[in-house]
Amino acid sequence: MDLYKKMYLIREAEAEISREYYKDEMKTPMHMSLGSEAISVGVCHALPKGSHVYGTYRSHALYLAMTGETNEFFAEMYGKATGCAGGKAGSMHLSSPEHGLMAISAVVGTTIPWALGDAFAASYNNLDRITAAFFGDGATDEGSFWESLNAACLMKLPILFVCEDNDLAIHTSSVQRHGYDSLTEIIKNFRLNVFEGKGNDVEKVYSLANKAVDLIRSEQQSSLLRLTYYRYLEHVGVNEDFNAGYRKKPEPQEWLQNDPVYQLRQKLLKADYLNAVEEIEEQIRKQVLASRIKAQEAPFPNGDELMKGVFCGE
Amino acid sequence: MISYCRAINEALHQEMARDERIFVYGLDVADHKRTFGSGEGLLESFGPKRYFTTPLSEDAMMGLGGGAAVAGLHPINVHIRVDFLLLAMNQLANMVAPMHYGSNGKLSVPLVIRAIIGRGWGQGFQHSKTLHSNFAHIPGLKVVMPTTPYDAKGLLIAAIRDDNPVLVLEHRLLYWQEGQVPEESFETPIGKANILRSGSDITIAAISWMNVEAYAAARIMERRGVTVEIIDLRSIAPLDDDLIAASVKKTGHLIVADYDWVNCGFSAEIAARIYEKCMSYLKSPIARIGFAPTPCPTTRPLENLFYPSAETLVRAIEQKLDLDRADLSGEEFFSYENKFKGPF
Repeated sequence: MDLYKKMYLIREAEAEISREYYKDEMKTPMHMSLGSEAISVGVCHALPKGSHVYGTYRSHALYLAMTGETNEFFAEMYGKATGCAGGKAGSMHLSSPEHGLMAISAVVGTTIPWALGDAFAASYNNLDRITAAFFGDGATDEGSFWESLNAACLMKLPILFVCEDNDLAIHTSSVQRHGYDSLTEIIKNFRLNVFEGKGNDVEKVYSLANKAVDLIRSEQQSSLLRLTYYRYLEHVGVNEDFNAGYRKKPEPQEWLQNDPVYQLRQKLLKADYLNAVEEIEEQIRKQVLASRIKAQEAPFPNGDELMKGVFCGE
Repeated sequence: MISYCRAINEALHQEMARDERIFVYGLDVADHKRTFGSGEGLLESFGPKRYFTTPLSEDAMMGLGGGAAVAGLHPINVHIRVDFLLLAMNQLANMVAPMHYGSNGKLSVPLVIRAIIGRGWGQGFQHSKTLHSNFAHIPGLKVVMPTTPYDAKGLLIAAIRDDNPVLVLEHRLLYWQEGQVPEESFETPIGKANILRSGSDITIAAISWMNVEAYAAARIMERRGVTVEIIDLRSIAPLDDDLIAASVKKTGHLIVADYDWVNCGFSAEIAARIYEKCMSYLKSPIARIGFAPTPCPTTRPLENLFYPSAETLVRAIEQKLDLDRADLSGEEFFSYENKFKGPF
């Protein structure tokens, strides 16, 4: 039920953004998480308390899974002073270090080495902390991924690499990008634990992530988790773009059968949790609506904020 | 009297002993050469946990520094050539520099980057760049370029104690320079220029190695009754333009002796600021001196033409003050062959 709560929170927050985005009040490029909810929720649920995570520009789900809060989330989307970064970050740079979400980034692959550094710091200070680096399959085309993977394996760092594989880098499929057939076959030659599976069943994701985390600790080496999912919307924006022709629209039945939120809901209903599910959904809808309205009503940052914070201690 | 190289080494020893969060890492830092000797004894004193060689992964290693810094450590990332630092430019410009601002002050990145700028003996076009204006262009990043052994120690210590990312550009030929350096630990404040030599007739604002050339030019001019004020711009970002302006108000003439290309370079920034601050005091247009607008050639005769020298400065001063062209054939100018004879 905890898992469903987070999954539904993400789904509903994204739906609220989609409903309101056309008004052009949220002036930040939206890279929507729809379809990847089970990965963020399942992996974050498996991370021990006190873990740190780094993500990508498509990290609404990660932010919500780590924080569970929507006030600062929506305020940041609206560019308000009450946002998690006072409006300076927007959708592509959400962070909440107090909840362990250190940073996310819009340049593909750039946070992976930061996760490496975070894990290095944990190891340096003998802390029992796991760092998770979330990235898309597009990032595996980047040198920073391979450099970080190599260094993590060499230095035996407590890092969980999480590849959220939607088979698309912007609008280009892996077949059009790769001079090899299987990413994980290559990665298995490195000294780390490799897991892969579908990313639409949150319980399975949780269980895989748990194993991956356990092995980081017991084997004292990094783990990599490759999870596939289907990106519902366009690369950036809140619309579908099947008319663009670069991929096929799934049949409604097929779509529903693979939908992470719907599937978990069906399971809960079968187990006779209808009332509890409906109660949670009602509660979350209220939370999201209240946060969105509060964000709209919140003040923008003062002009003097422009010059503040370029340097620390000034 | 200790060398610039020894001063860097002393700073590292003292700071690492003071603060366990400091670690030093980079390409081959722990090899037998120890980054031209600047890293001597650190491995022996602090062990491989705090002083280690990395894979040839400049991009990821810069990111490692960022991640470690926000997690509470104080990394010192070493690049034996500034040219190699370009491989980490993405991390520097997109992640390290904007992180404090972009997190609305929640994250700070106390990361020091040491990069060595080279010159001479056929280093060619990939071992000879400086690029300080490129780095100083980026908000959120501090850039310092020590000239004296005193500042090599003081600025490095200040950089380490700063909560912001600081790039320290060390000149390879200055590694041999000797000077008075206090044995105890001290800081040279970042953001302050230094009057290296007082004078009243003309101001030279010099960067890094060009201070050495400016000093040679000043000695020649002194014999001709012209006193040159040399301002060592040891801090590039933030830049102490007040000190340059004060000097220009006194002398009325400014030559910017940059150690980089002139086009779109740092000398243009200084010239613009000085025109803004003291246009009416200037008796002649600001002169800018720097590298020839070419990649650095390897062969010696062309390399000599590529780099500005004391002679270039003397000619510029003569032109500004309307003096006769002196015969410099009897002057002894710096030649790196006095220190390094090659082959590599």
